[in-house]
Amino acid sequence: MRPVILRPVISSATAPRARDRSPTGPAPLELRAEMYRAQVRVRYFEKEAYDLFLQNLVKGTSHLSIGQEAIAAGVAAALRPDDYVFATYRGHAHALLRGAPMAAVLGELLGRQTGLMAGKGGSMHLTYTPNNFMGSYAIVGAHLTIANGAAWSAQYRGTDQVTAVFFGDGTTNIGAFHEALNLAATWKLPVVFMCENNLYMEYTPISQVTAVPRPAADRASAYGLEPVVVDGNDADVVYQTTLEAASRARAGEGPSLVEAVTYRHGGHSRADPGKYRPDSEVAEWLAKDPLPRYRERLLHDGVESSVLDRIEAEARAEVDQAREQAKAAPVADPADVERQVFADGGATWRR
Amino acid sequence: MGQVITYREAVAVGLAQEMARDPSVVMIGEDIGAAGGVFKATAGLLEKFGPERVRDTPISEQAILGAAMGAAMTGLRPVAEVMFADFVSVCHDVIANQIAKARYMTNGQVALPLVVRFGNGGGLRFGAQHSQSVESWLMAVPGLKVVVPSTPADVVGLMAAAVRDDDPVMFLEEKALYPTSGEVPEGEHVDQLGTARVRRDGADVTIVALGTMVHRALAAAEQLAAEGTDCEVVDLRSLVPLDVSTVAGSVRKTGRLFTVEENPRLCGWGAELASIVAEECFYDLDAPIRRITTPHVPLPAADSLEDAAIPSVERVASEVRSGLG
Ligand SMILES: Cc1ncc(C[n+]2csc(CCOP(=O)(O)OP(=O)(O)O)c2C)c(N)n1
Ligand SMILES: [Mg+2]
Repeated sequence: MRPVILRPVISSATAPRARDRSPTGPAPLELRAEMYRAQVRVRYFEKEAYDLFLQNLVKGTSHLSIGQEAIAAGVAAALRPDDYVFATYRGHAHALLRGAPMAAVLGELLGRQTGLMAGKGGSMHLTYTPNNFMGSYAIVGAHLTIANGAAWSAQYRGTDQVTAVFFGDGTTNIGAFHEALNLAATWKLPVVFMCENNLYMEYTPISQVTAVPRPAADRASAYGLEPVVVDGNDADVVYQTTLEAASRARAGEGPSLVEAVTYRHGGHSRADPGKYRPDSEVAEWLAKDPLPRYRERLLHDGVESSVLDRIEAEARAEVDQAREQAKAAPVADPADVERQVFADGGATWRR
Repeated sequence: MGQVITYREAVAVGLAQEMARDPSVVMIGEDIGAAGGVFKATAGLLEKFGPERVRDTPISEQAILGAAMGAAMTGLRPVAEVMFADFVSVCHDVIANQIAKARYMTNGQVALPLVVRFGNGGGLRFGAQHSQSVESWLMAVPGLKVVVPSTPADVVGLMAAAVRDDDPVMFLEEKALYPTSGEVPEGEHVDQLGTARVRRDGADVTIVALGTMVHRALAAAEQLAAEGTDCEVVDLRSLVPLDVSTVAGSVRKTGRLFTVEENPRLCGWGAELASIVAEECFYDLDAPIRRITTPHVPLPAADSLEDAAIPSVERVASEVRSGLG
């Protein structure tokens, strides 16, 4: 069975009233150039991470976002610095775009003391709370319920912070997804549920195991939400959609469920060559690679190619520097094993 | 002189004390608000603190605990209820994989000042899925604190300590004790987590018990006293942190250790305690350590069966007698 390829549509979900109120015009050109920068940074970083696997410097597992950068870039550009973000194990992109220092993210992948969590979390648990990047979670679906909690807290404290939570298409079939959506909708929590539909769970096409063709959008009505499916390979579309959803959430109008359709260029994780996917399908999606597409559009819209060249050169230099810094850093400190289990900083369970 | 209240009432008293003090304390759970809780342990709190702070939820244990976790990460001090402790198995992911590990995995970036309340234990003829003692399940997960109060005063004082603690505290309320009464101190009462209490001084035998079993151990000690055996009864109150020093101090005095555990036999808290005492007090012991537990069975429903399963006063007394040799 072939996965259903969706024709991206911008939903009619947005109430005109909300649209009027929110600053949802197209992103200014400088911001779009920054969205290009975001995608390039992630692409180069992920390629570097992959190279470091091949050198056996990244241990364990790791899940890359190559091909999915436009979602990360569009959402990051649409959020406020004080908003909360929750991601999955496929979370390098979201950590970086919420401002986690690249050398520290790479250091975490390499198991260094300078890693974002000093080596205690690893690739799947990147967290950077100084910028409200509230963590990356490796149990499918669980973090949707946790994201609700951050949104509940913002609602209770009377701030207008929004919580954005990323998850995959496969996540729409676990109970926590449904518990989370029902509670968020019932309590009108300010959450943007962002489904990165890359058409596959690990190795199984999502269409083969899901009762409806659009894994997230076709569940929306069960929670009184509008179905929203967008082109996840188009940062402008993702930006716009997120901005609208966030503005509704800030206005007290509750959560949105967005299905952004995309494709991962590689396998599920480091060990996966992704051979279960038909060549024609891979080719079709490689042709829709968000980066060259966005570059062309920016050129067409009047950005100088020298500006984009510089963005690429700067991203390259940043990744190179991060790699050298991370590789030079000391390995994670064994003394940390018994630190930070409890709030007193230690692991003492007896007296 | 304090007031005499029930263990059930003490839950609401403890929560009200903390909610009145700190607006970041909020409650979440099924039927806790308008209905006052399935066990009526939260009666009156909705009226006192309003629906923003006492939130009724759908039947969604993962969503409840996830919401508590996310709220705790972002500045609140939530108190979540998992009605029957048995239901921890449908949200064990949130507890064991998420709540327990977040601080560690993030190297301290995240704090989780939250309390999860459970209606724990048997004795009510509810059968195997509504009667379990889950404290040993929770104790086995690094990152959780585990508290089991045995008196109304401890419910109030340990609840206050749990709410104020910056770590996730699993607060196990013993269903069988809800109707029991006791005196609670006048005014604000805040106890200390991780501290055991000697409930009865004795010279011959140390009996360590938890929750409902404390009262059975005390009754057994009375019977044994009449026969000339002087039992010291230690109420453990907390499994994590574990107050080894109080237990070891008692064992050094008596030379004999019995545990009374409502949980099924294997990997009960008493096994951990026995191994510690064997390591650290071996030369103080005059007899083998003996564990008095529910046999390794699911709990049956019928009165006669449940009574035969959970350690009774008579069984505690007779096992101590035979353990004395
Ligand atoms: C509860 C749970 N079940 C299974 C897994 C193993 N697993 C890890 S990732 C994954 C696929 C998830 O697919 P999706 O939600 O589409 O996210 P994607 O990896 O495609 O981004 C699975 C099954 C898990 N981590 N957690
Ligand atoms: Mg997927």
